[in-house]
Amino acid sequence: MFETLILILDATMRVSTPLILAALAGLFSERSGIVDIGLEGKILGGAFAAAAAAAVFGSAWIGLIFAMLASIGLALIHGFACITHRGDHIVSGVAINTIVAGLTVTLGLDWFGMGGQTPTLAGDARFLSLTLPFADAVADVPVIGLIYSELLSGHNVLVYLAFACVPLTYWVIYKTRFGLRLRAVGENPHAVDTAGISVAFLRYRAVIICGILCGLAGAYLSTAHNAGFLKDMSAGKGYIALAALIFGKWRPVPVLFACLLFGFLDAVAVRMQGVSLPGIGEIPVQAIEVLPYVLTVLLLAGFIGKAIGPKAVGRPYVKERA
Amino acid sequence: MNDNKTPLAIELRDISKRFGAVQANKDICLQVPTGTIHGIIGENGAGKSTLMSIIYGFYEADTGEIEIGGKKTHIRTSEDAIQAGIGMVHQHFMLVENFTVLENVMLGAEGGALLRQGKDDARLELKRLASEYSLDVDVDAIVEELPVGLQQRVEILKALYRGAKILILDEPTGVLTPQEADHLFVILKSLKEQGVTVLLITHKLREIMASTDNVSVMRQGQMVAHRETKNTDKEELAELMVGKKVRLKVDKDDAKPTGLVLSAKKLSLVDSQGVKRLKDVSFELNAGEIVGIAGVSGNGQSELLNVLSGISSLSSGEIQFAGETITAANPKNASQMRDLKMAHVPEDRHKMGLVTGFEAYEAAILGYHNSSAYNGSILLNRKAMLSECEERMAKWDVRPPNPHLKTANFSGGNQQKIVIAREVEQNPEVLLIGQPTRGVDIGAIENIHEEIVKLRDSGKAILLVSVELDEIMALSDRILVMFDGAVVGELPASDADERTLGLMMANAYNGPLSKTGDKA
Repeated sequence: MFETLILILDATMRVSTPLILAALAGLFSERSGIVDIGLEGKILGGAFAAAAAAAVFGSAWIGLIFAMLASIGLALIHGFACITHRGDHIVSGVAINTIVAGLTVTLGLDWFGMGGQTPTLAGDARFLSLTLPFADAVADVPVIGLIYSELLSGHNVLVYLAFACVPLTYWVIYKTRFGLRLRAVGENPHAVDTAGISVAFLRYRAVIICGILCGLAGAYLSTAHNAGFLKDMSAGKGYIALAALIFGKWRPVPVLFACLLFGFLDAVAVRMQGVSLPGIGEIPVQAIEVLPYVLTVLLLAGFIGKAIGPKAVGRPYVKERA
Repeated sequence: MNDNKTPLAIELRDISKRFGAVQANKDICLQVPTGTIHGIIGENGAGKSTLMSIIYGFYEADTGEIEIGGKKTHIRTSEDAIQAGIGMVHQHFMLVENFTVLENVMLGAEGGALLRQGKDDARLELKRLASEYSLDVDVDAIVEELPVGLQQRVEILKALYRGAKILILDEPTGVLTPQEADHLFVILKSLKEQGVTVLLITHKLREIMASTDNVSVMRQGQMVAHRETKNTDKEELAELMVGKKVRLKVDKDDAKPTGLVLSAKKLSLVDSQGVKRLKDVSFELNAGEIVGIAGVSGNGQSELLNVLSGISSLSSGEIQFAGETITAANPKNASQMRDLKMAHVPEDRHKMGLVTGFEAYEAAILGYHNSSAYNGSILLNRKAMLSECEERMAKWDVRPPNPHLKTANFSGGNQQKIVIAREVEQNPEVLLIGQPTRGVDIGAIENIHEEIVKLRDSGKAILLVSVELDEIMALSDRILVMFDGAVVGELPASDADERTLGLMMANAYNGPLSKTGDKA
């Protein structure tokens, strides 16, 4: 039983990783006042760029760089539409999602001719699991050994990076000048402007960070979790991340736990396949898979406390005419 | 004014600024000596806020020069202004509401990439400022939990923390209680003693007389006079503010009121911020008369129109109209008021009177769009709408008489005619009309005035709100004066002259017609 739990938690970490990265990406963007429904598109674009570059150059790290560049590019398009041209954030985000969904498959077909997939990656073209020091040595120690060698050890570098990003984000948001200004611009851009700080420059920096983190999430999907790009492989993770962001009330640590919860439900769903519970019988996998969405709907309907986002989110900044 | 020893804190030369068709500031010159409190007074819309926004770098002037402390200074952004030692307390506070006082003060002047050191420094500096200028405030309090008076103090601290030597306050007492306002003036005096130059923007004469050294008067985007406060008085300033204008002439006979149509008793309105916008307003409106409401704009006239037309609900008091008693417990919305034959021409035709993207024939039925005259069984009856619109355009001389032209493309006067025609042609019992001729050319003004008088002569009651004293005096049979949300005076139009009204509008009239008089 304990071993089963550890294995589920181990899977939770793997499944949560892209959610954490994407949710933190959304946190930077939305804290600055830019709604980002385009997380999904940026993850997918990043995943494709990572897999394509990794396949061509044979290096997962080069793939990672391309993923971040592609995602930053998409983020800047979103920024150009929303910040410079004061467009509607939702429309721009949805447009990016739609374009990326089509473009990745089209480019994939043209470049690799494999039905929209990229070639299967192997060796250095993928991020492989790292074994932490002494993991094998302590594996036989009861309880702690299992936790260390199974749960903490044996993940790829992006998993550790994602978890490290949470305290890092906390530190940036709450302890740095940039963080103070970021939080301020999402609440009251007029206050920021009159304090002599450029609203547009701040928001552009926020969407670029958002792009970098989404690129990481995308690269994780195609070059670490899987071994290549598949059509629509982001599979709604961007939207779940957005839900986790709201669930966590735009704060880094609660957002982490929201992502872990959604990841846990996902891991349980996989584990429950074909398992028959006493008295209930076999639970359809779909019933568990649907839980994150049900949870999100319940949340958005206001059942789990009120989620109040940054006050100026989604509103283009216009200097008022006196 | 200047002894040539210490340089002027601010000198403006020929500042002009235009927004589209509106000349907000025209050839403004201003000299403010260092270490004085300088008042800038004018009606709303006179261009005071625009001028201050130019000094603070929010807008760039089209032409003109700014000298700060004797040096020519280019102020393109707020950052430039802060660098030049200018701080501003805006009418609407520029605070991040869920931040602490400390965080708000630091924003933009954090003193390094990390916050910790800056926070400690800011805490010390704030303590010093607090004791020096009697500006006490709990630095760890969340701003939205503070009363407005303290929030304003945070704004002042923000400016001083950045080393401001010139402090601009834009209508600082608008949101304050009288006690908070008194305390503010104590603070301003102590700032002055420390050598800070204060620019005080207001339309309240009492504050100017009580606290300033010099005063400049603005009217319609221009600087019309500079005075030393001790050498002027409220009467002169009121007259300068309102100005002498070409007398409008409207041909009309005496009113023949034929009975009570509407009575308002002790109407009060408290806005969402808890500020009392209307204070026990009572009046009666008779059929066949025009009652004018005079007042410097922002003294409750708009709120009164909103309450009467059903746009806002009363906080207390009652309106008796058309056999109905409207109270806070029994409100009527704007559409229900229209059904009772209360027509409303809003003060701002772009925001409330029209949908500027609509074609004229569409805009001409707004508010009456459910009427059977414009509806078939399912769809709107476009044919009926169009033919009626053409008819009205001919009758009201709307140019060009094209029902398919977007309302945005008509001139101000013709837009206004479309709105007035829409309301008047419904044959209302009461017409509420706000700023009927704002931004309207002179020919159309006469036209509109004639129609208003015609409506009166047909036995309807009209409530006219206007900031143009000429218009009030030319059209009204009876005049009410509003100040600070209350009716402070009432007089027949025959007894009204510019001076009396101007004083009443500033609540500085002590004659027999005043209801409250000036206690200051």
